[in-house]
Amino acid sequence: MTDPVLSVRDLRVRFRSGGRETQVVHGVDFDIRGGETLALVGESGSGKSVTSFALMRLLPEAPRCRISGSVRIGGVELLELSERRMAAIRGPRIAMIFQEPLTSLNPVHRVGDQIAEAIRFHRRMSRSAIRARVIELLSMVGIPDPARRMHAYPGEMSGGMRQRVVIAMALALEPDLLIADEPTTALDVTVQAQILELLKDIQRRTNMAMLFITHDFGVVAEIADRVMVMYAGRIVEGGELAEVLSSPRMPYTRGLLGSVPRFEDAGLRSGPLGTIEGFVPSPDALPQGCAFHPRCPHARPGLCDVDLPDLTAVDGTGHRVRCLRASEPLATENTEVPA
Amino acid sequence: MIRFLLHRTLQGIVLILIVSMIGFAVINLAPGGPLSQYALTPGISQADLERIAHQMGLDRPLPIQYLDWLSKLIVGDWGSSYRDQSPVLSVIWRHMWATLLLMGCATVISVVLGTLIGVLGALRRYSLFDYVATVGAMIALSIPTFWFGLIAIFFFSLELGWLPAGNMYTVGDQSLGDYAIHLIMPSAVLALVNVAIWSRYMRASTLDVMDQDYVRTARAKGLPRWRIISAHIVRNALIPMITLAGLQLPTIIGGALVTETVFTWPGLGRLFIDSLGYNDYPVIMGLLMFSAILTVVGNFLADVGVALADPRIRLG
Ligand SMILES: Nc1ncnc2c1ncn2[C@@H]1O[C@H](COP(=O)(O)OP(=O)(O)OP(=O)(O)O)[C@@H](O)[C@H]1O
Ligand SMILES: [Mg+2]
Repeated sequence: MTDPVLSVRDLRVRFRSGGRETQVVHGVDFDIRGGETLALVGESGSGKSVTSFALMRLLPEAPRCRISGSVRIGGVELLELSERRMAAIRGPRIAMIFQEPLTSLNPVHRVGDQIAEAIRFHRRMSRSAIRARVIELLSMVGIPDPARRMHAYPGEMSGGMRQRVVIAMALALEPDLLIADEPTTALDVTVQAQILELLKDIQRRTNMAMLFITHDFGVVAEIADRVMVMYAGRIVEGGELAEVLSSPRMPYTRGLLGSVPRFEDAGLRSGPLGTIEGFVPSPDALPQGCAFHPRCPHARPGLCDVDLPDLTAVDGTGHRVRCLRASEPLATENTEVPA
Repeated sequence: MIRFLLHRTLQGIVLILIVSMIGFAVINLAPGGPLSQYALTPGISQADLERIAHQMGLDRPLPIQYLDWLSKLIVGDWGSSYRDQSPVLSVIWRHMWATLLLMGCATVISVVLGTLIGVLGALRRYSLFDYVATVGAMIALSIPTFWFGLIAIFFFSLELGWLPAGNMYTVGDQSLGDYAIHLIMPSAVLALVNVAIWSRYMRASTLDVMDQDYVRTARAKGLPRWRIISAHIVRNALIPMITLAGLQLPTIIGGALVTETVFTWPGLGRLFIDSLGYNDYPVIMGLLMFSAILTVVGNFLADVGVALADPRIRLG
């Protein structure tokens, strides 16, 4: 097996404001290999974006925010790099597509210039070569008439078109790792499908690794090789796509799967139907024990509200779960895969 | 865009007309009125006053007087000063360039320094520099300009003897260096408050832009820090400042008033004070109209500037 492109160990993120410290990410570990897509799933506020910003070191600086642990890309420890050397990593090694297509582009610069800028500061290329590359990228992401559209301002484009520009920008230097933070949430379903297809296609050609953040299991089923479920800043379940979708062990994962109506279309069986009651706890008021226990239908008093479970392997496939009752019959009986 | 500018021009004309009516009414209805200077002449009789009033057309109904005055205004006949009978426009013109020189210097200082301090303060928020700049701005804004001017004169002119205490030039010298040395103190005093104002606005605007998603995008592209600051932060943070600069244009008269008085600078502010003292109504009205026109022109230029700098406005 090849070495992973990205290797994250015990990643922790703490924010500080007004003298109070809040930990938002509590020790996250994962690897992604070239050509592989890892989906990071979880409800709003579970810490997906913060985790991905931490990988690129895009969070506020030291006193306001502290990141610890290890983030290695191609053997280089990112958390120890100077800001200057980190800037050289951003773009050619890791690139990112952001959650908000409408505000991610600078409204006062032409979109073509904003893409060119992503190339210009990393590669010695002539103006005309950069221009040709910009046109190539724009047509690759499906923008019609790119030689003309490159002169448009973001305000003259629809949300879908702007998201394509952001994608073109992220792909400009053919990064080793692409982080896509809910790249399609703001878009309508047809555009969404086109963009997923586009990302898969590019991945096939460049062997790019991808961290795909979403809370839509339908999208996960279409794009991911492996899945990681996050809750309150911790990974609560992870494993191969088919494994996690067909036999989710963590009640939270099952709850998430149950709240995806489109899931049946993906040809995979969902867990018991139903939405999860209650809300993601605030990072500065996490419950004792398993963070999910107040909302969990299977929580057992005296057990789940006392100890924080570890992320433990449940079988030989790399399927791991953070649940004290994962191996008990009650917790698994509902999700037996039909013969 | 063209329609928008036409619209603004029309609005501007209406504004100028309204200002002219109010100004005309206030001055003509004020106790004393345009005749008050003659009334003080010793030995003048009521009959004399009435004759003068008739000569000047002051016995006609006010709206007629207004229309008469306005139509002359439009063709460039702004009346003549009661003081020396020279045409109002040329009186304003004569004083304007002194003010322009002073304001120009002060504005360049305030924009450059204010932008620099504001941007640095925002980039290093809550640092010692930011703290000193904040307190400094508060102090600068709370010191009355005349007090600061007098203190400056006391130290640099009377005690140290480095700089002239007032006036625009030394009679008989009038070299470039002579103008420059006379400019230093008044423009520094005038700039002090403007640096404070400009740096506060610039700091707020920069902080606002720094939080925008597109700045994060720029960082994610791996751009060098200087490029992020210049092309994505300062570039965008300056847009609201254009409007502020446009609003500053009419303060050319009022803004320099105190400074010009303290440093006996022969500009529009001084002209205004002197004209008030002489009840020189044509000049006062002229300055009022000039100020209204500058307001409109300033706003118009700001609109054009913002439109040029911000495609959202230009194309929206
Ligand atoms: N700069 C910050 N300072 C303090 N807390 C923050 C900051 N940014 C995010 N948080 C907190 O971190 C938690 C996780 O936020 P995050 O944006 O990572 O959620 P998410 O999983 O991406 O959700 P969504 O699906 O809505 O995008 C939230 O509780 C949020 O309030
Ligand atoms: Mg998010």
